[in-house]
Amino acid sequence: MWVALSYACWGISIVLALWMLYDWFKVDTTFSEEVLTSSREGELEATSEKHRI
Amino acid sequence: MTIALEPAAQGDRVSLLRVLGPAHVWALGVGIVLVGEFTGWNFSADKGGALAALIVCWVVGLLYTSVAMIDSEVTSTVAAAGGQYAQAKHIVGPLMAFNVALFLVFAYTMLEVSDAILLGDTIVAKAGVEGLTHNSFIAATIVVLAWLNYRGVLMTLNVNFVITAVAYISIVILFFSVSPWTQGAVLKLNELVTPGNALPYGWIGVIAAFQFGIWYYLGIEGTTQAAEEVRSPARSLPYGTMAGMITLLIAAAMTWYVCASMMPWEYLGITYYPLWDAGKLTGSPLLENLLFVATLLAALASANGCINDAARAWFSLGRDRYLPTWFSAVHPRYRTPYRSILFLLPIALAFAFIADLNQAITFSILSGVLQYTFMSINIMMFRRKWPLGSIRRGYTHPFHPIPAIVLFCLCVVTFFAIFLGFGSQLIAMVAFYFLISLWFHFYRYKFVRRGDQFTMPWPKPQGY
Repeated sequence: MWVALSYACWGISIVLALWMLYDWFKVDTTFSEEVLTSSREGELEATSEKHRI
Repeated sequence: MTIALEPAAQGDRVSLLRVLGPAHVWALGVGIVLVGEFTGWNFSADKGGALAALIVCWVVGLLYTSVAMIDSEVTSTVAAAGGQYAQAKHIVGPLMAFNVALFLVFAYTMLEVSDAILLGDTIVAKAGVEGLTHNSFIAATIVVLAWLNYRGVLMTLNVNFVITAVAYISIVILFFSVSPWTQGAVLKLNELVTPGNALPYGWIGVIAAFQFGIWYYLGIEGTTQAAEEVRSPARSLPYGTMAGMITLLIAAAMTWYVCASMMPWEYLGITYYPLWDAGKLTGSPLLENLLFVATLLAALASANGCINDAARAWFSLGRDRYLPTWFSAVHPRYRTPYRSILFLLPIALAFAFIADLNQAITFSILSGVLQYTFMSINIMMFRRKWPLGSIRRGYTHPFHPIPAIVLFCLCVVTFFAIFLGFGSQLIAMVAFYFLISLWFHFYRYKFVRRGDQFTMPWPKPQGY
């Protein structure tokens, strides 16, 4: 049973790693670099939690 | 939830999602730490005996209570991904911030590696099958958890909450199963810890025990990495972090009491599975299996939280151009720092396959203690530059500057303890951070947009 579990672990790891690589490729070819890297620190603080004393 | 599943359109800004609450913050902090009760803390008994393990449980508890108090104040004010990195950037300066981010990435990645090795070794020990190695279990742990993190922070921390709670409850069940109110039936503390063997190496043994006493609570400061993804950082972060610290103090005390009452310090100090062994020693197959499963769950929860935190620290470095901006990409559907998660995945796998558990643990502890030392200086500068009343704080910690002074002094003691055990690694690590600081100062910093990196709408600091 443990040996079978070990093989199953290898299988799951390979499938999920390939899925992440596929998704990474799909996202990077669908969206522009400007959109993907558009996150800014403090953006939400500035808009949703106005800083007042 | 639905907002996470709707992909961003071209032209939209893509940022991390604010979907977490205090329970997720608790799950992140306690999840990272709880594995330390299942293995790690007990090596302090090898350094100084069972009583030394208890003394460091309390004293290091004081260190981490200071960490939690300081962190809660600063993070509830600087609520950004990267946690202590963002704090250092705004309060001390870019070079300190760069180093702190590296402390974070090293501490969490090496802890993730240690967790995966522990999980693999635990399964192999349970299986007892000749020829079975831990490699497949290590690979599955790291890849499956990376996939979970890739797919979204809400599900990642929901899973962490459940598995952390199960692991925690197993400690409580063990504690009440051994009749803690009675000595002599199952627990034999008065026979195992006597005046003759309580401190076999004297007080220097207590100092040496600090190195592994850190494991009782290592990683609770990881709650701050969720700052940009919690719905109400000013409330959730202090609440989740403090609740986590209280939970851990109780778990640490119960763990020591049960283990020190069931195993002689000579064995307790070298076993990799103190709680699982305690479960075996009760003679109950149910408890034995429960503690085996709980050990695996605690390792999983810790690795899961570490992937979350290391990726956010790396992502923040990219966003500020301290590293290539390529790392600052956010997944348009899952709203996670997917490139940082993927970049750190093979690094963790490589270390897990080649490193030995003790080395990985030591690098994690060293980076952690460097970070705590920074925090004690950071809070002094924060209070001096922006005194109470000058900016809005989500939480103000009491008794300042006592927690900062206590934290700094205990960090110095811990450095000395690490030097006693792993002096060459300590020197090598400090040399590494020195060299990488030179690279950052003379080469990388010219790529940074200096005005863009300071994002908090604060008034000018006092004295500037």
